[in-house]
Amino acid sequence: MAKYLSPRDIDWTVLLIVLLICGVGVLQIYSATRDTDYTSAWWKQILYVVGGLFFMWLMTMIDYHAMLHWVPGLYIGSVSALLVTYVIGEKAYGSKRWIPVGFGVHLQVSEFVKLVIILLVARYLTELRTDELEIREMLKLAGLVLVPTALVMKQPDLGTALTYLAVLIACAFLAGLRWKYVAVIAIVTVVGLPISWQFLNDYQKGRIVSFMDPERDPQGKGYQLIQSQIAVGSGGMFGKGVTKGTQTQLRFLPVPHKDFIFSAFAEEHGFVGVTVLLSLFFVLVMRIVQNAQTAPDRVGMYLCMGVAALLLFHILVNVGMVAGLMPVTGIPLPFMSFGGSSVWTFFLALGLVNNVRLRRFVN
Amino acid sequence: MTLPSNDPNLEPRLSDKPPLRDDTRFAAGKIAVFQYSTVVIFLFLMSGFWRLQVQNPEFYGERAEQNRIKSVPIPGPRGRILDRDGRVIVDNHSSFQLLLARESVRDEHLRPIAQGLDLDDNDLRARVNRMRKQPKYVPIVIKDELTPADLAFVNSHQDFFPELVLIQAQRRLYPQNGLLSHVIGYTGEISEPELDLPEFGKYNQGDVVGKFGIEKQYNDSLMGVDGQRQVVVDNRGTVRQTIGTKPAIAGHDLQLTVDLDLQIVAELAMADKNGAVVALDPHSGEVLAMVSRPTFDPNKFAVHIKTKDWKEIRDNPDSPMLNKAIQAQLAPGSTFKPIVALAGLETGTVDEKWSVHCSGGVALYGKYQHCWEKRGHGTIAMHNGIAHSCDVYFYTLGAKLGIDNLAFYGDTVGFGQLTNIDLPNETKGLMPSEKWKLRTQRTKWYAGETPSVAIGQGAVTVSPLQLARAIGGMAVGGKWYQPHMVKTDTSKVKVSEWALNQEHVKTVIDGMFGVVNEGGTGIRAQLPNIQVCGKTGSAQVVSNEFVKAAGSLKDTRDNAWFVGFAPRENPEIVVVALWEHGVHGQFAAAIVRDVLKAYFDKKVRMTQVQQTGNKVAAALGLGLTPVAVKPAAKEFEMGSMILTGAILGTEVR
Repeated sequence: MAKYLSPRDIDWTVLLIVLLICGVGVLQIYSATRDTDYTSAWWKQILYVVGGLFFMWLMTMIDYHAMLHWVPGLYIGSVSALLVTYVIGEKAYGSKRWIPVGFGVHLQVSEFVKLVIILLVARYLTELRTDELEIREMLKLAGLVLVPTALVMKQPDLGTALTYLAVLIACAFLAGLRWKYVAVIAIVTVVGLPISWQFLNDYQKGRIVSFMDPERDPQGKGYQLIQSQIAVGSGGMFGKGVTKGTQTQLRFLPVPHKDFIFSAFAEEHGFVGVTVLLSLFFVLVMRIVQNAQTAPDRVGMYLCMGVAALLLFHILVNVGMVAGLMPVTGIPLPFMSFGGSSVWTFFLALGLVNNVRLRRFVN
Repeated sequence: MTLPSNDPNLEPRLSDKPPLRDDTRFAAGKIAVFQYSTVVIFLFLMSGFWRLQVQNPEFYGERAEQNRIKSVPIPGPRGRILDRDGRVIVDNHSSFQLLLARESVRDEHLRPIAQGLDLDDNDLRARVNRMRKQPKYVPIVIKDELTPADLAFVNSHQDFFPELVLIQAQRRLYPQNGLLSHVIGYTGEISEPELDLPEFGKYNQGDVVGKFGIEKQYNDSLMGVDGQRQVVVDNRGTVRQTIGTKPAIAGHDLQLTVDLDLQIVAELAMADKNGAVVALDPHSGEVLAMVSRPTFDPNKFAVHIKTKDWKEIRDNPDSPMLNKAIQAQLAPGSTFKPIVALAGLETGTVDEKWSVHCSGGVALYGKYQHCWEKRGHGTIAMHNGIAHSCDVYFYTLGAKLGIDNLAFYGDTVGFGQLTNIDLPNETKGLMPSEKWKLRTQRTKWYAGETPSVAIGQGAVTVSPLQLARAIGGMAVGGKWYQPHMVKTDTSKVKVSEWALNQEHVKTVIDGMFGVVNEGGTGIRAQLPNIQVCGKTGSAQVVSNEFVKAAGSLKDTRDNAWFVGFAPRENPEIVVVALWEHGVHGQFAAAIVRDVLKAYFDKKVRMTQVQQTGNKVAAALGLGLTPVAVKPAAKEFEMGSMILTGAILGTEVR
């Protein structure tokens, strides 16, 4: 097969857009962490991006069909790793998400599991070999996905857990889930919301309550949402300029180099900057969808669409949260938020898409 | 394409499955749906930024500014309060004040903060809750006069409790031992009910305003204007940058008419007694000294008084918060007699030679009235009637005059009216008359009540200040100046005049000279080389019948009064002493004597100093004749300071 592979076929558009986004991210991390304890974050992020490019290349080189064979092993490995996290994980910001792997490096297993979920869903749906997804099969697949989802929710990390479900639902929809089942799922969700409310943690409930009414507790649970909106709104049309954002620089904005990096960006670059950056993300998602359309087989299609759905969900939830359109769920903005696990996961996902793209003329 | 066959899971199932369908076209429509959804999601996100950044940038910009720019008040110090010689009575000192920035306060922080600062948790919570309605940027003062331990707590917890803001404040420093406290009063943080009153409309929450005495009366002049410093802060409240400063303006100093030398002597004389002393310059109405006992420590009121201290003051039956010099309303007793004598002469009812026979009592209007001298005074005319305070003489005179004449002259000298001294909450006492009785009790005045009024009992009540003004005004020949505490031009002082026959005035004054110098009731007020005139008064607190009935439930001993002035001709000072339950006016006479002596000793000193021209000596209090003051109470610490003759400033121990 290797003879069909050529660097020319790598999706250079996607790579260019991603590197632009990463560059903006590094700049924003630099601006947001001046005079803080995290001044080294910007060059660490550069290292993460360089590492990410390497992982992407690795991911591109291995035929994705081969990867499908590893799914049972990867799945079992993921679940065990999540269990390990649950037992020996390090607590930070009120949840156990990281396992120390030595040299001061902490891995967030739940990030990498996103890829395993994509592979699992793609393989399962391909093997059905039907154009319509029967509800029985759907429930089986959902059961498989729900195991790691539940473990992540238990950490607690609602945001990441929801990304797994987003991938599942998007791919199930593509696989031909009948509209009446879509309707049933919608109804069950609506009915199930009040019930699932009982299973949420106090802090998760608090986040949803404060999303509905942030002014109820402006110093506590509503604080992040309010400060983020102030940062975004005060940025105005053209922004306050790099390193000039008062909300960011005076630390009124929480974690401006991680989950709220888009808020810091919006403050310093204004509506114009937001439009440009969101356009880049839009083109990125659409380009990945295009790769799905040209995929040589269903597995490739599902893989690309899984990545697209994952990316879209991240953007929707993170950017929506920043603009006050979504409740606070701690999920990072792809390629921009500071953090190795997140950056590598998305570069790996990108590798997966390129992998499919390079093999589009196989048959 | 097929999957490699080395997968054990897939191989057997493959055969059961329908034929391989691996084209992706079946999903094309659904991918399109996904694409449209993506467009919708991005438009949805853009709409959020449109709303925030394009439609409402001013609103959020303002809130961002509110976040980062804070106003730190720079307190404008209050004016100092000085005595008539310019000596400082009330000063300011810098202290640290702790504010709670309500924008960043977290509910769960209140308890550890209260614990760390030794405050009452519930009290703090209640104060935060009271402020709920106020805008968030108005901070609460949670503690004043921070101790070094408090400062250490605040500094070490700055990171945990960013809502704590430390500012320097100017605090009032009042004299110790309650010296002059009723006159000076105290300041305190403006209270919520006060904020609703129109006269407090110009003040803000948290302002420290005068609440009592001179501090209240002259608040506008004393109060400084707070300045402001605008600073940029981060989310922990750390100041990053100062943008602008509006300097504070200090309040005006206020010079009182009080003479500290006299004041201290008067305070000492009253040290272990209840009552009041007032010293006036009858030629100007300037108050030279004003004492009320028991006293209180105004320093305890600085901003917030502790509940325990307040209870102690409130539950004291002798009312420490009452300025008895202007608020006591008590029967003047025999100190009223000079006014009655004057009325007798002025109305022409009697002349100075008219006499009565005192056999220890007299029957009037069917009631036998006792003289205080059970053995009787014999035949007695006006001079001795005043000098020996013969009750029978004045019963008879009063009966002859009638209540309307008594009321008219009582009014003339200012009884039953406010003196309008520049102190808050003065009371006006009562001068009974026919009209008054008809109005308040709806019965006619009956003549049998008049004799008791003539000896200053019955319904007549006065404050020490009213008595001092009345006798002083009479002694200078019929000019009653409005008493005042703050130095002003004498020509601007209000005065009420009544053309008195100076011969009549002289007759009464001679009688009062006799009280002190001719074996009268007030010999304890005698001073060598100074012609002191005066009048004692021993006023019943309740009627004698009641004393017997009530036993010793309450202190029912007579109140001792003395009103004295000197010199006999053209008096310079008039002093009234009220010693509650002092039994007899002659004991109050000793208090007046001490004050008069201090006045004339100082005058001699100052003349000597001026003659030698040694102003330095005067300033240092040297070359002065030592003042022999009988310290009334040994434990009163200021005794040693008296002997130096001059107090250059108040000290804090």
